[in-house]
Amino acid sequence: MGRKSRGIPEINAGSMADIAFLLLVFFLVTTTMDQQKGLRVQLPPYPDPNVPPPVVEQNDRNVLEVLVNSGDQLLVERQPLRIEALTEMTKKHIQNEGRDPNFADSSQAAIVSLKNDRGTSVERYVQVYNELIRAYNEARDEYSKKKYGRPYKDLIAKGEEQKAVKKKYPMKISEAEPVEY
Amino acid sequence: MSKFRKEGKKESPAINTSSLPDIVFMLLFFFMVATKMRDPSVLVRTGVPVVSETEKIVKKSWINHILVGPPIDVQKYGPTPKIQFDDKFGTIEGSNGVQAYITLKKNEKPEGIRDYLTTAIKADKTVKMGLIQDIKQELRKMNSLKLLYSASEGTVEE
Repeated sequence: MGRKSRGIPEINAGSMADIAFLLLVFFLVTTTMDQQKGLRVQLPPYPDPNVPPPVVEQNDRNVLEVLVNSGDQLLVERQPLRIEALTEMTKKHIQNEGRDPNFADSSQAAIVSLKNDRGTSVERYVQVYNELIRAYNEARDEYSKKKYGRPYKDLIAKGEEQKAVKKKYPMKISEAEPVEY
Repeated sequence: MSKFRKEGKKESPAINTSSLPDIVFMLLFFFMVATKMRDPSVLVRTGVPVVSETEKIVKKSWINHILVGPPIDVQKYGPTPKIQFDDKFGTIEGSNGVQAYITLKKNEKPEGIRDYLTTAIKADKTVKMGLIQDIKQELRKMNSLKLLYSASEGTVEE
């Protein structure tokens, strides 16, 4: 073999595929398609202990009170509610526009207050939060479709229309100060 | 190859496999780019809740992770949920606490983006909110108010 070869022998590239496969398998095994997903939340600023909290007169009808207890049960406006019905309830609250005296005056004034116990599980808390966000998303979507003929996500990001929809339905979900029991 | 052809036998031609490495390399690069190295030392179990209204995070480097969950090595650490920063266990307060960790992470980043950093709490669904609340309070104390509850997308089943 060696004696017969003339000039520079061609480099055998046949094993290239094997090497590439080896690397491929390595990356397949060691990596994860880790997608960063979740519910985005803005926390309220920490109250200054030297400054007394401002007294805000909040009309009771404008606040939808959601309580999750340590048994992961839901209490909405002091009435027990199943989680499946929470989105509907929240939508009714923010889309009320003063019709029902038990719900909000207007969508701008509507507030959802979310309280939880220290024993509430993360799963239920996140689920409840999800339902609330869903209610707002659906309300915004319906408004956008009615006014601009397009769903909310098709509006130009940070454009005038999207701002208008956001202004109409500002997401006011208040996480209450933790209470010691 | 040519050696065989000289013999004059008419065989069906061999399939050209010279482009196979290209294809495999393409796949390889796809996986190298699209995936992230798995954190080699996850010490706690984090089965995140499944919800429908998740948001995808575009700027992954702007996220600081706090993992909360029961330790994987129950024999060694017991079943009580613990907090994990980077690759070690942490506490709520103190030199190994939430504030210390977030400050450390903040200082690593250029000044311009420090206000945009988000804290992602990746908590196991069985963890109680009390622990999360303590973390939240610490974050509020240091005015780091952007928060993300890690969850995976899907339809909620009851």
